[in-house]
Amino acid sequence: MRIEVDIDRTLRARDRQFRLAASFVSTAGITVLFGPSGAGKTLTLRAIAGLLHCDHGRIVLNETTLFDSTHGIDLPARRRGIGFVFQDYALFPHLNVVQNVAFARAQGWFAPRRAMDADIGDLLEAFALSELAESYPAQLSGGQRQRVALARAIAAQPHLLLLDEPFAALDAPLRAHLRTELLAIRERFAIPMVVITHDPDDVAALGGTVVTIEKGRVLEA
Amino acid sequence: MTEALQPLLLTLKVSALATVLALVAGVACARALGRRRGLARDVAESLLTLPLVLPPTVLGYYLLVVLGRNGVIGGWLHANFGISLIFTWQGAVIAAAVAAFPLTLRAARAAFAEVDAQFEQAARTLGLTETAVFFRVSLPLAWRGVCAGALLAFARAMGEFGATLMVAGSLPGRTQTLSIAIYNAVMAGDDATAQTLVLISLVTAVVILILAARLLRRAPRGLQDAA
Repeated sequence: MRIEVDIDRTLRARDRQFRLAASFVSTAGITVLFGPSGAGKTLTLRAIAGLLHCDHGRIVLNETTLFDSTHGIDLPARRRGIGFVFQDYALFPHLNVVQNVAFARAQGWFAPRRAMDADIGDLLEAFALSELAESYPAQLSGGQRQRVALARAIAAQPHLLLLDEPFAALDAPLRAHLRTELLAIRERFAIPMVVITHDPDDVAALGGTVVTIEKGRVLEA
Repeated sequence: MTEALQPLLLTLKVSALATVLALVAGVACARALGRRRGLARDVAESLLTLPLVLPPTVLGYYLLVVLGRNGVIGGWLHANFGISLIFTWQGAVIAAAVAAFPLTLRAARAAFAEVDAQFEQAARTLGLTETAVFFRVSLPLAWRGVCAGALLAFARAMGEFGATLMVAGSLPGRTQTLSIAIYNAVMAGDDATAQTLVLISLVTAVVILILAARLLRRAPRGLQDAA
């Protein structure tokens, strides 16, 4: 896996502006974006996923150019093949666990009547969600929601998984447990990840390449 | 009783079809407006809201101008298909749909604005096209608000009088809806018929409101606990 990010985007609110000008290259299985809140980590992740449009720059994943302002390339989010686990998980509240996890399996205008199949069953098993298949997101705990969000993203078979502060919403004991779980998932599905955190403990536990972002800039290692 | 039942059935038929038309058009326009910004959108939105604030007779007049034999749409329909909408129950459907349209539009606009954009973004990262995102995420999450708009639209269509009278007239058994039949009965001094029709109107309205309230209370399972 190789990801090359070189992006420039200026955001303006009424009385202030923020310039994100981040660039880094990583070939590690796990890349950790580390920095204080408001540094531009989430914006960077959204730019990689295609959810934030950049003014200038280049984003290349393996051999695929996702964004290149000089050549007018800007793949829409749906064609980037990148999974995104949102900070508050963004599970579809009107769908149960199976329907959430199987969401990407059917790409049509309407959801299929039956979401369950053997692959989804295996995935639910892998994420210890089989018992919760019929539950709705509002009925799940924080840790369960995170597992659903991960399973939903992985079911789409992405080339890269982006995780925005995956542990921020959880208490300390659960956080430690889920760090190990995340690493296990990385191994099992052989999927490269870019993970955002502001917690030095996460950085130590996850390993991989660390990219430190502050005030919209990548600090030299 | 037949002379009372006929206007009721006609009114229900006209109102139901008008609500469907207003609902589809309202949701489509709400989505188109929601993706734009600036002056052009504000102008379009106020033009589309006009049927709500114009006197129904003014609305009826403009519908006659457009749908009449010499009108843009009416002339074209007559020349190509031999169809005339004036003085037909289909004309009454159009009149009621136009009158009810701003209600579905505004309800849908508000309901779509309430949907957290993050759910739509999540669906995009999962590979869905914009149309699929709309049908599988935005619309289901906005559904209750859209339904509430449809209910208001149906009530508005049931009570529609002025525009319907001008476009469809008052042909007993063919275009005479409840509200028009009541007006005619009162004008003819037929108090017995008028009282029956008024009572039917009242009971129908109450039944529909109760049905709608029960329907709206039964939210999709996943949304129940979140509320």
